[in-house]
Formats: sequence, structure tokens, C-alpha cells
Amino acid sequence: MSATLQNLVNQPYKHGFVTSIESDVAPKGLNEDTIRMISAKKKEPEWLLEFRLKSYEAWLKMEEPAWPNVHYPKIDFQAISYYAAPKQKPKLKSMDEVDPELLRTFEKLGVPLHERMALAGVAVDVIFDSVSVATTYKHKLAEVGIIFCSMSEAVLDHPELVKKYLGTVIPPSDNFYAALNSAVFTDGSFCYIPKGVKCPMDLSTYFRINTEESGQFERTMIIAEEGSSVSYLEGCTAPAFSSNQLHAAVVELVALDNADIKYSTVQNWYAGDENGVGGIYNFVTKRGLAKGVNSRISWTQVETGSAITWKYPSCVLLGDNSVGEFYSVAVTNHYQQADTGTKMIHIGKNTRSTIVSKGISAGHSNNSYRGLVKIAPSATGARNYSQCDSMLVGHQSGAHTFPYIQVANNSSQVEHEASTSKIGEDQLFYFAQRGINAEAAVSMIINGFCKDVFQQLPMEFAVEATALLSFKLEGSVG
Amino acid sequence: MIYKDSKILLEVRGLCANVSGTEILKGLDLTVRSGEIHAIMGPNGSGKSTFSKILAGHSAYEVTGGTVMFEGQNLLELAPEERARAGVFLAFQYPIEIPGVGNSQFLRLTYNTVQTHRGKEELDPLEFDDYVREKMKLLEMSPDFLERSVNEGFSGGEKKRNEILQMAMLDPRLAILDETDSGLDIDALRIVANGVNQLANKDNAIVLVTHYQRLLNYIVPDYVHVMEAGRIIKTGGKELAFELESRGYDWVGVEHKATARATA
Ligand SMILES: Nc1ncnc2c1ncn2[C@@H]1O[C@H](COP(=O)(O)OP(=O)(O)OP(=O)(O)O)[C@@H](O)[C@H]1O
Ligand SMILES: [Mg+2]
Repeated sequence: MSATLQNLVNQPYKHGFVTSIESDVAPKGLNEDTIRMISAKKKEPEWLLEFRLKSYEAWLKMEEPAWPNVHYPKIDFQAISYYAAPKQKPKLKSMDEVDPELLRTFEKLGVPLHERMALAGVAVDVIFDSVSVATTYKHKLAEVGIIFCSMSEAVLDHPELVKKYLGTVIPPSDNFYAALNSAVFTDGSFCYIPKGVKCPMDLSTYFRINTEESGQFERTMIIAEEGSSVSYLEGCTAPAFSSNQLHAAVVELVALDNADIKYSTVQNWYAGDENGVGGIYNFVTKRGLAKGVNSRISWTQVETGSAITWKYPSCVLLGDNSVGEFYSVAVTNHYQQADTGTKMIHIGKNTRSTIVSKGISAGHSNNSYRGLVKIAPSATGARNYSQCDSMLVGHQSGAHTFPYIQVANNSSQVEHEASTSKIGEDQLFYFAQRGINAEAAVSMIINGFCKDVFQQLPMEFAVEATALLSFKLEGSVG
Repeated sequence: MIYKDSKILLEVRGLCANVSGTEILKGLDLTVRSGEIHAIMGPNGSGKSTFSKILAGHSAYEVTGGTVMFEGQNLLELAPEERARAGVFLAFQYPIEIPGVGNSQFLRLTYNTVQTHRGKEELDPLEFDDYVREKMKLLEMSPDFLERSVNEGFSGGEKKRNEILQMAMLDPRLAILDETDSGLDIDALRIVANGVNQLANKDNAIVLVTHYQRLLNYIVPDYVHVMEAGRIIKTGGKELAFELESRGYDWVGVEHKATARATA
């Protein structure tokens, strides 16, 4: 690697600062009392406390998964604090009431909220250390019957909806981290789109971990009733801490007949430094249930951050003719590790799924695609198309593909394509010979490589994702 | 064409260079004035491509001695992209494929980068499209190539044409064409040569690396150089190419050694 290129990759993390808002942090450790404490703090109904305790019980009996292609020291779950809420004043009616320090934080993140909202017409539900501090555009959305609020609020204001769907797509016993999340989740977003309503704007959440050594356990749920549609954007950033932090979120989506949910993520959690010290452990369970006929669930993710990413946004295609999509760009650099992909479970007739995965590995990082396409006997006429492309930047990174295909009927069609390419010195020399410097060349190559995924993103996000990728990778070749 | 009193564009003196520790260039001298067309011929492995890439600034080659001046500045001090912006163009012997990057997008970026550097206006995508289509006509290239990825899946000859298209767009001061003729069919050779001839003028210069006299029927060189073992060992006029065609290279080396002994 040439020196200029080195410098470019080694850009310090722009979002690494700690906001000095006073936090209300629970003592470290996890036991039934911690769970009772969280539930009590949030004034939750009894059934939810029970849900948490059952999940905790299940979790105690489970083992951390060892199959992902990632390596890290054992996590001490008793050394984590399971609740951190910014000490906030009572409920806020407008953005003006939000702690100015918090607003400054967002500004430093490059997310000037009001501006962003005004420009993009985006409703942002701000998650700041697990507790939602401001919900905007809520009233405008309420006019058409859309509920968009924090999970804590939903539990109090719409308990019947939460109770009906919580844990139905991802049961607490689904996996180790989902069980942990089900026991200790603190907040998250809740969206409900009523029958026949097309959500008039993209809904957006900015997540952020701010307290050192506090785990972040969000729980997000989106319900799209018959004939409705919604596009949801999730962006994440976390400041730089030298210790590793755990982030174990759960996201459940339910699409009923003819409903359409599009879920887009740009993940830029702190990735650790260039020696692999620090960074977020991002162990996330995301799954959508395409429950109704002709329903559609589409995941688009751009994963650039976290020391370790373990994440498989999946679709269960239950309704006949339902559609599942997964578009992913995962970038790793330095000592980052990512094991990500999707599961497409075809159950309904004529269900269709598309998987487009682009993995980019630079530095000493390791990037794995893991995907399951499962076609049940009932899913006659099902079709899947998968395309998994890896790009290596430099000589010390690794790319791996683990596709699992299980087809249980013979009227179905599964297609899998894979490729590995490399940004080589000679490609960069070709650009240079035509006057184009390495930064511009890398960004052009990467954008070309990712374009099938980027074009799935809403406009503002696509621009942000493009910038983020160039920023992450510039100079990692040479 | 040789013009009286024309300026020196490129002056190479005693150039020595290594790749992975092996010495490839061993004291190469070459002077190119504006308006001139030079042909460099020589056996496989004699260092012609190495020399071309060193002029363009490839980082795999280490210059261990000698000087290279381009329009009065030390070319070796410039980064590859700066050389390109200053007007050094290399048509590659093996143009690389860049999957995923649209040819038209790439061509526009390179054109605008170089234009900006020359203090000229950039073209927006629509203006550029008109501009590039005009240039493609010169080379009888189908506009379909704009829609494809840079060189990806292009045939050998199509790649070479895409190189000359870029030369036509960028209007370099010094164009080095490394075996642009190999891989071209008879018609393509004529078309490409025709394009190159139209681009040649009294302010620029062209260095052709070739194995075949055939190209030189179309693009008539002012000088023909023979390169062997990292050095230019003989220089002549266009007739030298005919002689090489009929006699091969061996005699040049023999003659060179004899003169070297005589002058020693
Ligand atoms: N990267 C490299 N590593 C090792 N040797 C190299 C490298 N590049 C060039 N060489 C060697 O340098 C010598 C000169 O190669 P070069 O490509 O310049 O020859 P050429 O004159 O262009 O030959 P041709 O007529 O076959 O194109 C060859 O012996 C070649 O093997
Ligand atoms: Mg050669």
C-alpha cells in the first residue's frame, strides 16, 4: 500500500466525541432484578414484564452462536450496563425544547435535524441512548392514522398492537441475541400504517450509542396493514470508545395483504481504530414476515461500521405471490469483521425473492456473505435470484461466501451468481494515466460496484452512503 | 513531421530502471521534438513497455538513474495523474477492464479533469455526449460502447480503439502508443491510423511502439529507433523499419557491439 493511500484509509472517525449530557445509568450486570428495574422505570404493563422474564429464562439456557466467521474475546454479559437514559426533562412538544447539547451532537454528526427534515421532509424519531427524546411530524402522520413513535410510548399508548405483534416474527427463543434483546430492550421505534394508507414521507430514525459500556438493545416494529406502504430509514452512528460495546437490536416487520415495507439502513457505528481496538459488536436480528398475499418486504443495507457485524435481515414469504428483497453493501476495513447476509424462506405459492450482496474488504478485514434460500414444499412456482459479489482492496483482506440453498419442490427456480474482483494497482494506474487521482478512482470503482444496491436507496440516503463509502475506503488501495 | 527549430518536448538521458530488483532499462537516451513521430521497435522483452510505463509514472518501476525532462520540467517528480494532466498520454498495450464503471461516465470524468486542469470549461453530461460521439465517428466506433463498462468484454481491437478515442478526447502533447496496432484487423488498422494522423500536429508528438512495419505505412515516422536490452542502440529514418522487417534484429546488435568496440 502506498503512503498516500494509507493516509486516506486511516481517516479518523468523524463522529468520535462524547456528549456530556448527564446519563441515568443502571449498575452493571444482568439478573431478574435488572429486568424488573427496566420494566418499572418504563412503567410497563405486567404482560410485558412477563415477556421479558420468559425471554431471560430462555437466554440463560442458550449459547452464543459460534458458527459465524468472526472472532472476538468472550463477552462478559455481567460487565454491561443494561439501561442508560439521558436525564431528560418531561415530554417535548417541539424540536425547540430538545436539549441544545443534543442538537449540537446531531449537528456534529452532520444531521442537523430541522434542516434535514425541512429539506427532505423526513420525520425523524431520535433515539439517544435507548430513549426516544423527540418525535417529529407525528401529528402530520397521525392525520392519516399512522402511528410513528418510540417503542416505550407505543407500549403505553397502543398496548394492544404491541402485544399482538411483539415476538411474533422473531420469537425470543430464536437466537441468543434476540433472547437477550427481548429480555432487556429499552427502546426503539414503532410504526403502524393503517389499511390502505401510503405513508406520505420516508420515516427515519437516527440511532446513537453515547454512554461508554452501555449496551444498546433497541426493539423496532413496523406493521403495514392491508394495502398500505411505508419506507423506513435507519441511520446509526456511535462515538469512539476504546472498549467494545454490544449492540443487539431486534427489528420485526409485518406486511399484510398487498402491503409493502421498504427498510433501508446506513450503519456507521464506530468500527474500532486501525489496530482493531474498540468498536461496536453489532449482533442484530432483523426479519420481516410477508404475511399477506402480494405483500412485499425489501431490505436495503449499507453496512460500513462496527468492529463486528453479525446480521441477516430476512424475509419469511408466507403469503402467496409475496416478494422478498435484500440489497446489501458491506464494507470492512482495518480489522473489522462482518458476517452478514439474509434468509429467504419461501412458504407461499409463487413467492419471489431477490438477493444482491456486495462485500468490499480492505485492510486486514474479513467480510463474509452468508445466505439461506429455503423453498418449502408448499411454495410451488417460487423463484429466487441471488447475486453475491466481493471486492478485495489491497492484499490482506478476506472475502467469503456461504450460500445455503434448500429446495423442497421441483416447480421452483433458484439462481445463484457470485464473483470476486479486486481493485488493483493497475486499475488505479489506468485512471491516473487519464488524470484521475486515486480517491476519485476508488470512489468511481466502488460506486460502480455498488450501484445495484445504491439505486434502491432513497435519494438522500444514496448520497450519504456514497460519501460514507468513499470516506471509509479512500486510500486503502495502492 | 520534422520542423525546423521546433521545441524539445521530451528529453530522456541515461535512463536506468528496475522492476522487482532486476535492471530493465540500462541507460536509455531519446529526444523528441514537437511535431515529430517516432517509432520504437525491438525484440520482445527489450523494455519498450517498461519505458512507456515509466514515462507515465507506474509505481512498480524504480528509476535508478538518468533524467527525463518534459517541456522543461522534471517529469520524474510528477505523480502519474499530474503527468497525464500535463499532456502525457499512454495508450496501453493491454488496456485494463474496469467492471461496473460506465465507459461514458469514465470518459467524461477524465475529459473534465484534464480540461479543468487546462483552465477550460467542463462539459455537462449532455454536451459531453455530443462531443464524444463526434470523436467516436472519427474512429468509426459505435456509440454502444458508451453504455458498457470500461473495456469490459471489449475485443482486443475494441480496447485499442477505446484507447485512441481517449487520445482524441484528451488532445495530449506527447502520445505514446504501445503496440496499438497489434490486435487490430486490417480495416481497423487503417481507421485507427487515420485517426492518429488527424491528431498529429506541429505542437504535439507521437511515439509509436510497434513490431510491424505495416503500421508505419499508415503513420509515417520521422525516426525509427531500435531498442535492445534496455537501450536504444540504433536510430534511423523510416527506411530502417523496412530493413528490420527483412533482416530481423540480430544484425543491429552485432553492428552496435562492433561500433561500441571501435569507439572504446
Ligand atoms: N513487473 C515485472 N516484474 C518482473 N519482470 C518484469 C516486470 N515488468 C517487466 N518485466 C520484465 O522486463 C522486461 C521488459 O519487459 P517489457 O514489457 O518492457 O518488454 P517489451 O519490450 O514491451 O516486450 P514486448 O515486445 O513483448 O511487449 C521483460 O523481460 C519482462 O519480463
Ligand atoms: Mg510491450
